[in-house]
Amino acid sequence: MSRIDLDLAHSYKPNPQEDGDYALLPLKMSFEDGGAYALLGPSGCGKTTMLNIMSGLLVPSHGSVKFDGQDMTRATPQQRNIAQVFQFPVIYDTMTVAENLAFPLKNRKVPAHQIQARVGQIAEMLEMSHQLDMRAAGLSADQKQKISLGRGLVRPDVSAVLFDEPLTVIDPHLKWQLRRKLKQIHHELKLTLIYVTHDQVEALTFADQVVVMTRGKVVQMGTPEALFERPAHTFVGHFIGSPGMNFLPANVAEGALSVGGLGLSADRELPAGEIKLGIRPEYLRLVPVGAIGALPATVRQVQDIGTYLLVTCDVAGQTLKARLAPDATPPAVGDRVGLQVLGEHTCYYKNEELMA
Amino acid sequence: MSVTTKPVNQKAWFLILPVFICVAFSAILPLMTVVNYSVQDIISPERRVFVGTEWFAAVMRDEDLHAALWNQLKFSGAVLLVEIPLGIALALSMPAAGWKASATLVIVALSLLIPWNVVGTIWQIFGRADIGLMGATLQRLGIEYSYTGDALHAWLTVLLMDIWHWTPLVALLAYAGLRSIPDAYYHAARIDGASKFAVFRYIQLPKMRGVLMIAVLLRFMDSFMIYTEPFVLTGGGPGNATTFLSQYLTQKAVGQFDLGPAAAFSLIYFLIILLFCFVLYNWMQRLGQTEKEGGHD
Repeated sequence: MSRIDLDLAHSYKPNPQEDGDYALLPLKMSFEDGGAYALLGPSGCGKTTMLNIMSGLLVPSHGSVKFDGQDMTRATPQQRNIAQVFQFPVIYDTMTVAENLAFPLKNRKVPAHQIQARVGQIAEMLEMSHQLDMRAAGLSADQKQKISLGRGLVRPDVSAVLFDEPLTVIDPHLKWQLRRKLKQIHHELKLTLIYVTHDQVEALTFADQVVVMTRGKVVQMGTPEALFERPAHTFVGHFIGSPGMNFLPANVAEGALSVGGLGLSADRELPAGEIKLGIRPEYLRLVPVGAIGALPATVRQVQDIGTYLLVTCDVAGQTLKARLAPDATPPAVGDRVGLQVLGEHTCYYKNEELMA
Repeated sequence: MSVTTKPVNQKAWFLILPVFICVAFSAILPLMTVVNYSVQDIISPERRVFVGTEWFAAVMRDEDLHAALWNQLKFSGAVLLVEIPLGIALALSMPAAGWKASATLVIVALSLLIPWNVVGTIWQIFGRADIGLMGATLQRLGIEYSYTGDALHAWLTVLLMDIWHWTPLVALLAYAGLRSIPDAYYHAARIDGASKFAVFRYIQLPKMRGVLMIAVLLRFMDSFMIYTEPFVLTGGGPGNATTFLSQYLTQKAVGQFDLGPAAAFSLIYFLIILLFCFVLYNWMQRLGQTEKEGGHD
């Protein structure tokens, strides 16, 4: 097990000229030993590129990869002693489940009795003990993916286990189970796990630290809570949460904050100029019209999502969404209401970056 | 759920009539003529006698036929033993992408474009001891090589010619099989620390099974029916060393005009090929089945 330090950039083109030519813009980050990380971002944001650079399947065009301070930029996956699980199940058709699981150990000449013990342990964890002697090729897609996961976890001494959207092919109810399993395995085996996904629920439930990426750039690395409470970038606010964060353009002049021409009093110091307010739907409160510090709004839509009510309002030409408890009395469509946009949870953005 | 019973509509038979006519003229009628010949002794166009299964019995006891059949089996076996592994090896060493891949494909496929009789002629000249590149070189190395005089040399030359002509087909098929393997398999193998041999044994070979099955069947059938190339190169000689089944058949039917025995033999020949293909196909299917025991995806 080891700590992984990245200080690199990657471009698939030979002579990158502008930002758009890079799959990964210059970045610097560290993955601590034994942590559970998630790389989260939309498709094409560079997360798989980053994963392949860490595993050694790809050599970065610029910069270096260090394992425990040792330069491993050009080392093979074998030398890095890394395990990786791919998006689609990869199994060896001619082998049984047990032989599949044993394959990485056998290739490394681990003694037979150790292999057997370890394969038994992993199969137990994945609840595949009864299938060990079956041909792997005959199993269903999610069983196959479980074998792939097992092969990733079977080596006890790996530097890290990398997952590249491993649950894409799995049924939703099994997804839950497997994710819990992975979390449990993380606690039991104390492996460094790095998990790539575009599904925020997956990332937030799995990882201690989530790395949010967009367009080849890491925009924030933090705990799920930090990503929710204090998104460092409007993209994070928008991408995390369901629905995402509300953004409201505002203006600061001579220390006074105004939204749509209406003055509000902020609870912190703000620099002058055009800014954006970021309010999570969870923290947007509906108050009677005319309440102090509330913006007048018109209710456009009320949706019952089951576990909460979603109220969509128009405020000064912007659309804001608020989440209410399911037992709250919802306003009617067309009602005039007040919206409390300022509070301790409100975030302030300038040029899309968090500033207060 | 209700089971709907469709009304019986016999008009549908008319729709398969065109296909039936095509198949009748292309396969059934010619085959039946052969069957017709095989049970008659045709003395002259006007005089023919029904002889029942006599020709079949006679052909089955024919020593020359046994020799030709044995020769044929050895030859087809050797063709498969050499061409399949060689084709796989060739496919594995071909570049995967880029202009080099295209160039290699074209060069490898060249021999497939040459007509059979030209191939025979090429090798006839190639093997000549006085002016042929191979023949003369072997002579100079002190090997008394002669495909017209030495039975073994003739047999090996025909084999070599077939390998030269048809291994590219196996290589192209294997290459197509290799290219269809997703990169993730190779990545996973690298992560799992698999050796080159393990990658071949556990990924490439199983994934090529389907195309290799086609390659084995094609090469078996083609080599079992080989005619033109040995005919041009050696004419079946020296002696009967390179007389394979189809050449034996031609000698009977065209050379001696023994239509009855030739027809009986044709049918036996046809059944042999059918039997071999059936056995080979089932064997390879079985091989796949055990690998996919209880498979349902």
